[in-house]
Amino acid sequence: MDEEATKTLIVETLKKKKGKSKFYLKDFYKMVPDEKPRAVKNLVNQMVQEETLEYWSSGSTTLIGLKGVGKQAAADGED
Amino acid sequence: MVEFKHKTPLIDQLETGPWTSFVSDIKREHESRMENPKGIDYQFNQECCDDLLGVLELSYDHGRTHWKHGGIVGVFGYGGGVIGRYCDQPEMFPGVAHFHTMRVNQPMGHYYKTDYLEQLMDLWERRGSGLTNMHGATGDIIFLGTSTPQLEEVFYELTHNINQDLGGSGSNLRTPSDCMGQSMCEYACYDTQEFCYNMTMEYQDELHRPAFPYKFKFKFDGCPNCCVAAIARSDLSFIGTWRDDIRIDQKAVKAYVGGELKPNAGAHAGRDWGAFDIQKEVIGLCPTECMSWDGSKLEINTPECTRCMHCINVMPRALRVGLDTGCSVLAGAKAPILDGAQMGTLIVPFIKVEEPYDEIKEKVVEPIWDWWMEEGKNRERLGELIKRQGMQKLLEVTNFKAVPQMIKEPRSNPYVFWKEDEVPGGWKRDINEFRKHHQR
Repeated sequence: MDEEATKTLIVETLKKKKGKSKFYLKDFYKMVPDEKPRAVKNLVNQMVQEETLEYWSSGSTTLIGLKGVGKQAAADGED
Repeated sequence: MVEFKHKTPLIDQLETGPWTSFVSDIKREHESRMENPKGIDYQFNQECCDDLLGVLELSYDHGRTHWKHGGIVGVFGYGGGVIGRYCDQPEMFPGVAHFHTMRVNQPMGHYYKTDYLEQLMDLWERRGSGLTNMHGATGDIIFLGTSTPQLEEVFYELTHNINQDLGGSGSNLRTPSDCMGQSMCEYACYDTQEFCYNMTMEYQDELHRPAFPYKFKFKFDGCPNCCVAAIARSDLSFIGTWRDDIRIDQKAVKAYVGGELKPNAGAHAGRDWGAFDIQKEVIGLCPTECMSWDGSKLEINTPECTRCMHCINVMPRALRVGLDTGCSVLAGAKAPILDGAQMGTLIVPFIKVEEPYDEIKEKVVEPIWDWWMEEGKNRERLGELIKRQGMQKLLEVTNFKAVPQMIKEPRSNPYVFWKEDEVPGGWKRDINEFRKHHQR
């Protein structure tokens, strides 16, 4: 699968998720099972750079979700 | 006289002990911010320190925290280095409503010049609370408390004016940490600062962008004295060691026995322990009983020596680490949370530490990361994965040969946890009662 198609797949998969808005990096591996974890990691981080996704960090753990989606963004007045 | 908005009788008691108090420090910073003798153009709430004391007093009064942690705050392109902190009583304490922590990658070995520290503090007084934690448990320089808009500003000034980067947090490689090594210590078996710096630069992507199921720590100790406690705190510990003989100066051994040289370099001279007894204090305490003293000559059976450092620490003028030096690599140490605390397990008994360190990177670090990234569960540390899938699996993925030194015991867990029936109310809470005091 090419890079753009993978990005679209990730965004579409995230949009379909009900309830949760932030996900572990490992959850992204499952969305693209044919790719190596390192390749998916690089792609996800690239999507954060492009501001499609954003990090959420508790300090000890990092979660990733669609930019501007979820409770934290609303609570911070940043959406 | 600077006024304080909040009365703090409970935490004021912390100033009455014999030690310096962080409460006094915060009060001093509040006074300084209000008087502003340097004419600083404060970019963050000038009364933050007063509010910080207020929220701490309230927490003491209620017996629970009023901090929330976590958030989407960060600097562009980085997935670590900033930890969002919010107060759950923002109307009462507006100065700390947003009070984010920034981790700054400490200089190797914690060496800095005064002007560098002054630059850091000038920046943080202007754009943050002025409060720091030197150093956090991770080793980083911790900047405590600023607002979201100031994060990019602080980062810009750090990187452009002070040539300084943020450290790691979240599911990243954490800021690598080392001892002072060969710069100050004759025990150091490799250049910890050079190795730590090299690994920090090599793995910038892992340090700044989340790559892993959970946190991952490297720590570098120059010798088995383990001054940065790598063996207990890091997923991969690099502990200096040697594989030839301990160098013995028999003349100096006799000087210790004769009382001309003080054991432990005089460190225990504050009390009269009696005459130095080499048999009792050194030979008899050797964990592998590999030493002997016949009254005129000290002998060490090197194959039995575990490099515990005790004899060298007691008689540093007489005994020195060997000349064929390198490091041991241990994997899987961690603090509690899941499955209890673990010490590191030896995976590489000896490896040379030589620039550009390719052998360590390619044969140790990266195969372990590939395995953990693929097989590790969310929030599962390397040590837990080793426990779950077995040491044998680790040996398979790294192609290491099993050796008897890869022992599982002795191990100990220094943590004692509360049980539910020892805590008033147990683990359950009344959410309605909680919400009376804590906003969402």
